[in-house]
Amino acid sequence: MTATVIPIPLSEALNGSRLRISGIEVQGVLRRRLLDLGFVVGNAVEVLRRSPLGDPTAFRVSNTTIALRREESSLIYGELIGGAET
Amino acid sequence: MSQYTVAFAGNPNTGKSTLFNLLTGMRQHTGNWAGKTVISAEGEFTHKDHQYLAVDLPGTYSLYSNSADEEAARDYIIFEQPDVTLVVLDATSLERNLNLALQVLEITGRTVICINLIDEARRLGIDINLKKISKRLGVPVVAISARNKIGIEALLDQVELVATSVVTAPPLRITYNDEIERGIAELTPMVEQTIGSMYPARWIALRLLDGDDSLLTSLKANMNSKGKALPGTKEVLGHGVTACH
Amino acid sequence: MESPHVTKGMDTLDSLLARAKKLADGGAIRDEIVGGIYGVSSGICADAITYQDKKRLNSTYKLDNIVTSKIWGFPIMLAILGVVFWITIAGANYPSGWLASFFGFIEGYLTTGFQAVHAPDWLHGVLVLGLYRGTAWVISVMLPPMMIFFPVFALLENFGYLPRVAFNMDRLFKKSGGHGKQALTMSMGFGCNAAAILSTRIIESPRERMLAILTNNFVPCNGRWPTLILLASLFMSGAAATGTMRTLTTASVLMGMVLIGIIVTLSVSWVMSKTALRGVPTHYTLELPPYRRPQIWKTILISSKEKSLNVLTRAIVVAAPAGIITWILGNIFVGGESVLNHMAAFFDPFAHLLGMDGFIIMAFILGLPANEIVLPILLMGYMSSGSLVDVDSLGSIKDIFLEHGWTWLTALNMMLFSLLHYPCGTTLVNIYKETKSMKWAVLSAVIPLGIALVVTFAVAQLAQLFGWV
Repeated sequence: MTATVIPIPLSEALNGSRLRISGIEVQGVLRRRLLDLGFVVGNAVEVLRRSPLGDPTAFRVSNTTIALRREESSLIYGELIGGAET
Repeated sequence: MSQYTVAFAGNPNTGKSTLFNLLTGMRQHTGNWAGKTVISAEGEFTHKDHQYLAVDLPGTYSLYSNSADEEAARDYIIFEQPDVTLVVLDATSLERNLNLALQVLEITGRTVICINLIDEARRLGIDINLKKISKRLGVPVVAISARNKIGIEALLDQVELVATSVVTAPPLRITYNDEIERGIAELTPMVEQTIGSMYPARWIALRLLDGDDSLLTSLKANMNSKGKALPGTKEVLGHGVTACH
Repeated sequence: MESPHVTKGMDTLDSLLARAKKLADGGAIRDEIVGGIYGVSSGICADAITYQDKKRLNSTYKLDNIVTSKIWGFPIMLAILGVVFWITIAGANYPSGWLASFFGFIEGYLTTGFQAVHAPDWLHGVLVLGLYRGTAWVISVMLPPMMIFFPVFALLENFGYLPRVAFNMDRLFKKSGGHGKQALTMSMGFGCNAAAILSTRIIESPRERMLAILTNNFVPCNGRWPTLILLASLFMSGAAATGTMRTLTTASVLMGMVLIGIIVTLSVSWVMSKTALRGVPTHYTLELPPYRRPQIWKTILISSKEKSLNVLTRAIVVAAPAGIITWILGNIFVGGESVLNHMAAFFDPFAHLLGMDGFIIMAFILGLPANEIVLPILLMGYMSSGSLVDVDSLGSIKDIFLEHGWTWLTALNMMLFSLLHYPCGTTLVNIYKETKSMKWAVLSAVIPLGIALVVTFAVAQLAQLFGWV
């Protein structure tokens, strides 16, 4: 589709931004778990807020709120589709 | 006299245990089953003329992620073959919750879908068309609120219909992409040949394609113990094994 | 029945899997399967669900903006902890007193009854002064705080606050090498360490789960709350403190104890993850469920019934025989001193190094089966040995302690020891069952014990060095 949209890791997205997941660079059990929780390619994710200590970050996905640490969220890529600008 | 087994499956935090406690009157005792260390509660309840043994499976997001809880829930549904599997879903996040329902439905059609927290969903302005969901899934779908005791009778009526086999449905067939379907088509006959008709062959073929080693382990353990339970089979089993060596 | 084909099962299954793996050819198929299911699910949802207002859907999370905010996240956590303690202490004070006087009143009748039938003294001693008194103690000291603490805690739990605590504190646990869900299993520990050991199953990585198991003991469980609450309110509230001030100081002391427990938890996790349990933190996903208004009365009833009464039954079952044994030990005399005194005297020199006395150490040792009985054993020990104080109000407990040379240091160190020492027998059995390793079960007793000894020793020596006592 558009070549201009460059996927960014979820960990880099600002609070309030919405992204469409374009790739998950994790393998094994964690990948499985993330898929179960709704982190599926094509699905929309909203970055809700960071923990008071900066990490983890809460994401809104499939009408649920899931917190991920930077270690995980930096491996999930998405294209910005709305909300705060990076 | 006859007692039906009802397994309660569902995502964590869907009010599954609230429903369980409501039906069984909080007479919870914990029991281990299927040789698993994961504790699950068991209780009894009566509806109309039938007695039911309710088994509260661990709350899981999926049956496929190979955590101890999920394996326990999965093994119970496959190997203990409860008369009814009651899948409790959270009405406020159905999209994710339905995944588990679909996974269960792929294993067994003896399922009732219970959409809990319906009052909460209404409050949040979520309208759910039960008929449509029921049509797509092929099994009864009932909306309830366990905490406010809404819809419980209707739910139990449906449980009864499935338990007494008045309502029956085959396991749900999800059509996957061509590659997976080709794999399933190739494996299914072999699975049927190997393990007979005890377990849903298509589903096991799918799990094998997914490389689910833990299911295989459980399958072996279970066939072993089932073999021991049936003296006749045990003998033949011995033959089978020696023949291969 | 089944076809004989079934029999080939075992080995054929393996070859089937091998074949399947070849067909699957790499990992992509997993995603495709989940993707397939996911597609069906979102198809159904798109078809059957309509949202009147997406905004309203997210409204239940508004509270998170405050509860997990940079500024308010931690202050709110502390405030809630403080309020829970405050309610517990303020609320438990009177019922405890009433129960104590009630049991004292009944005891009078029992004694009269025993005298009326000319029962021998030893029988009265064993049954009334040992069994009855011990049991009465446990009930009047433990029941009221439990009946308040558990329901209040359960309400918080049902409301959905605990995952937020885990969310707020995760960074700390990560730094110390543990799993964020360790915060959840710790919260369970407030109720019961033995149950919390089972709840560590939510942590999938064995290494991090072991950390959670090893450190769970540093969260004071219900068996230790009564000890902590009682000692804090008797000795830590200062001379002038009465009424509200007294409750407030007691609550802050308890909060301090919890904070010490958390600090020790993080430190032990850190040390262990740098040594015996080395490894990289595994993945972490935590769901923050929507807040739900708890069903207040039902929650209170269930938690009173399931938790308080269960714990109490356990305490009585263990305390009753312990009461008898303690009375007997206190009333068999060898060389002019009771066996109990001999035993206490044996531990005395060592105990004094730790700022406590032999009776306390003995109570902790005899209290291994259940922490609930440590305090009753101690009181029974004191009562059976010294002058018999007629205890029918909580105030007189302090007199018993003072009579045995207690200072604030004794109380503080007993609290610290209670907080840090080995977990109860049930917990240890659970640890063994869960880890299937004698080594870890032993370590989970030895490590806390070591810390308890070091800490109480240091505090006692410092206090004496600076002449604070």
